[in-house]
Amino acid sequence: MFDQLSDRLQETLSGVRSRGKLTEADVDRAMREIRLALLEADVNFKVVKAFTAQVRERCLGAGVLDSLNPGQQVVKIVNEELAELMGGASRDLAFAGSGPTVILMAGLQGSGKTTACAKLAKLLAGQGKSAALVACDTQRPAAVDQLVTVGRQAGAKVYEQGTERDPTEIADWALGQAKAAGDDVLIVDTAGRLHIDEELMDELAQIRKRTKPHDILLVLDAMTGQDAVNVAEAFAERVDFDGVLLTKLDGDARGGAALSVKAVTGKPILYASLGEKLDELERFHPERMAGRILGMGDVMSLIEKAEQVSDKQQAEDLERKIRRQEFTLEDFLQQMRQVRRMGPLGNVLGMMPGMGKAVKQIRQADLDDRELDRLEAIILSMTPAERARPQLIDGSRRKRIARGSGTTVQAVNQLVKQFGQMRKLMAQLAKGKMPDPQQLGLR
Amino acid sequence: MARSWRDAFELGEPAGSEAAPRDSAEPEAGPGLFRRLRQSLSKSREALQAELGASLFEQLDDEAWERMEEALILADVGARATADVVGRLETEVEGGTLSGGDAVRDRLVELLAEAAGGDAERIDLQARPAVIMVVGVNGTGKTTTIGKLAWHVRNELGRSVIVAAADTYRAAAIEQLEQWSERAGVEIVRGSPGGDPGAVVFDAIAAAESRGIDVVIADTAGRLHTHSNLMAELAKVRRVAAKRLEGAPHESLIVIDATTGQNGLRQARAFTEAVDLTGVVLTKLDGTAKGGIALAIASELELPVKLIGVGEGLEDLRPFDAREFAAALLAD
Repeated sequence: MFDQLSDRLQETLSGVRSRGKLTEADVDRAMREIRLALLEADVNFKVVKAFTAQVRERCLGAGVLDSLNPGQQVVKIVNEELAELMGGASRDLAFAGSGPTVILMAGLQGSGKTTACAKLAKLLAGQGKSAALVACDTQRPAAVDQLVTVGRQAGAKVYEQGTERDPTEIADWALGQAKAAGDDVLIVDTAGRLHIDEELMDELAQIRKRTKPHDILLVLDAMTGQDAVNVAEAFAERVDFDGVLLTKLDGDARGGAALSVKAVTGKPILYASLGEKLDELERFHPERMAGRILGMGDVMSLIEKAEQVSDKQQAEDLERKIRRQEFTLEDFLQQMRQVRRMGPLGNVLGMMPGMGKAVKQIRQADLDDRELDRLEAIILSMTPAERARPQLIDGSRRKRIARGSGTTVQAVNQLVKQFGQMRKLMAQLAKGKMPDPQQLGLR
Repeated sequence: MARSWRDAFELGEPAGSEAAPRDSAEPEAGPGLFRRLRQSLSKSREALQAELGASLFEQLDDEAWERMEEALILADVGARATADVVGRLETEVEGGTLSGGDAVRDRLVELLAEAAGGDAERIDLQARPAVIMVVGVNGTGKTTTIGKLAWHVRNELGRSVIVAAADTYRAAAIEQLEQWSERAGVEIVRGSPGGDPGAVVFDAIAAAESRGIDVVIADTAGRLHTHSNLMAELAKVRRVAAKRLEGAPHESLIVIDATTGQNGLRQARAFTEAVDLTGVVLTKLDGTAKGGIALAIASELELPVKLIGVGEGLEDLRPFDAREFAAALLAD
């Protein structure tokens, strides 16, 4: 199993640090690591080839080989190129000027279309748009029941006519209903289909022709491998989708498929699904995906998450604190508590720069929320002064905290140390600087 | 399809309850069933024909080796397993034991089939009742696989089956399995939505024992392997089964979607830690994905592929044929 790419690159280029100069052979070794890491992340083979050629050229370009920290330069170039490939700024859904906006959802079986429909309805409802769903998956047993159930959970109206009618007719009928009812958005759930199944692809094209959707989303499983490009190309050809909704990103897949699809079809990724709950769908941020593939953390998402749960004032305070390195253990505790309402631990820690390793350790040790209880206990056993200024915590305080929290001195040490590193990195990243990878705890 | 259904199972003594397989029962010819069957058949024929041409193996230059690697990587075999297999072939070629392009190609297919774990491993149905637990991440085709498996066990092997609807989480999962159980003509034990999945499995085993049913197949909720609480829940379902019936579950099968990339290895690792897997069902091979990740899983975790899914119809589940699978990996 490969470690995060930035780990590997630092390792490969560590010898260079002492010499202070990169040779062409060093760059080639680094390119090999990048190639393997991207393949491991399921980026399509052909995309990887083109990508490494591009990065190699830039690395050999003027200035990089002689720069003060060439290893860091290489990481930076990879990150930039990856972000570029992921597709610049994210785009919005197109909405109809009048009448219902029609969103057609398409994809392979099991990619998560039905659940995604309900999540999207819920997300749009949060933006003040009433979204209704229509059940056009007449193939899979109980698919209609499933949409009705998740639709109800999302508080969305569901139009359905069972499984006997033709899906195109159902979609057309529902559009009439939605118009009459004054729904803002109509989301069309369709049967999962193989991209090589002519008959079902025809059916999808028919639904498109009849309902004239404003947006067509391809629902894509983040765990998809090399085949993602074949799937995306086939759907692009037949229904010319506008963007991708990426599902199951709450797993540990690196999501290279998203990169491949963007590179091959030019279609942007619009949304990402990050959990089983219906409110765990987010706008997709390409630059963050590059970070995920590289393991660089994601300060922006963290700040945004904080904004959702606290008021704006608090969020601004937090951002200022991060920039000034005034982020305290007390803030950390508050964040952690808010975060625990937001979803699995790995997601949130993964967003914190330098915590890539911690996430890995957490998974290896099979730690779960009980471990967060322990972290909370440690912080709660500190005085307010200690939480604000962890440097106060000396040997005897450590012992007291360990006793008070029912943990060990080592556990307290680890928390304090990691927190210190994290605070520095967050400040750097929030200011938009590349962190020195050595500070990321990388060898 | 060199292997028959009976080859894929360890059946033990003949079942007491039902003697002869009901070979008269045709699968329900739902819309598109035969079309799909034809498609998937012609696809695997094409796969065999379109293997990397023999000429490639006559002239083994750098480009030829690279093309072999490329084909395997594009089939999701993964960089490590690809390097391993191609490296072994290279050693043998250098050792001069293989002569001629056909011999080299055949040997590559052989090596790949070996790495995929061969196909000698059977599904163990000797216990009465035998309990099969089916697990996996969301959307891989667990419920569909169970419907098809139940139909085959009943109709090809003549064993009575009860399915346990222990996916109490996903909306309408119980209804979905219910429809499959009707198609397959088998019994079902269902819990209530949001109920305890362990209790459903417990009840299904009890029902099988009291009614003399041969095989219990338990559906479970799809879950991402990174959610440790959900994995712990799955481990508990397994413990409940073991407590109710010694040795159960006799098979724990993970369903892997053939379109899955390298993450499949992590899935298999996490699930085997939680429920001690005995094999893989590789689904959705009727698309363009080759399912090479199953080879990586088999070679790294020694977890054999036992069945493959090639469509949505009742008949579209087959015993795994390692050589056919290996040859298809090399197809364009």
